[in-house]
Amino acid sequence: MSLRKVNPMIEVTSDWYLTLSAILFSIGFLGMMFRKNALIMFMCIELMLNAVNLTFITASKHLGLIDGQIAVFFVLVVAAAEVVVGLAIIVSIFKKQESASVDMLSSSKG
Amino acid sequence: MTEILLFAIPALLIILGALIVVFAKNPVHNAMGLVLTLTSLAIVYITLNATFVAMVQMLVYAGAVMTLFLFVIMMIGVDKPEQSRKEIKGQTFLISGTLILLVSIIVYIGLENGLNWDLLFPESENAIEGTPSLLASSMFTSWVFPFEVISILLIVATTSALALAYEFKKSESND
Repeated sequence: MSLRKVNPMIEVTSDWYLTLSAILFSIGFLGMMFRKNALIMFMCIELMLNAVNLTFITASKHLGLIDGQIAVFFVLVVAAAEVVVGLAIIVSIFKKQESASVDMLSSSKG
Repeated sequence: MTEILLFAIPALLIILGALIVVFAKNPVHNAMGLVLTLTSLAIVYITLNATFVAMVQMLVYAGAVMTLFLFVIMMIGVDKPEQSRKEIKGQTFLISGTLILLVSIIVYIGLENGLNWDLLFPESENAIEGTPSLLASSMFTSWVFPFEVISILLIVATTSALALAYEFKKSESND
């Protein structure tokens, strides 16, 4: 409710960024559950990773430590590696069954 | 006032882009929504004094990763509708339940405490600027072991992508 009051003294605090990050993570999670195209599920994973990155950078500013921004670099590298391997898997699956829908991937059952 | 605008406009664009990622039907539109989200996030990073991270975000995410995504989208075709033969039992119910739960948690925190997350530590007086030299001085001293591990991870990822995509001659001749 405090957002509604138009107050020139209002300050952008870390809480706002954390709320934005929570909303972004929720949207990414929703998409992960909702969509069946493997590519779009990967994009939703990217959304969730970016929400976590935003949290790290907010914490870095809040605590006055640089380590949060370094953690973001590691998340970035892991995300890049994950995308490379994931897209290679999608392409090799697509060669076999002409579809990127996860519903038809019963062949990878253990 | 400028601070609030610098937060609010990118925040709205981030949420808009994320919704496009989830709800657009055409995969190219999804990818463009993701570009919108990542670019706006870079603006937010700049307002949080993380300038170098913002630059890397633009280069690596909005540049390289999105190019890879678009490449694969173009490769497997954009005109195919989403096929789904069977639904998991009660899938729609579970999804909407999860969504309502997540949204209500955020709304509860927003309304009950006035957007106050009750952070454990008070805000630091010590303002840092995320310059390359500051990042490097920490990354190559106390974070050097994770740095080496991450390089091994990249090599493994590259090799596995090669192994997945490359058609070995041996298996071809056996068929």
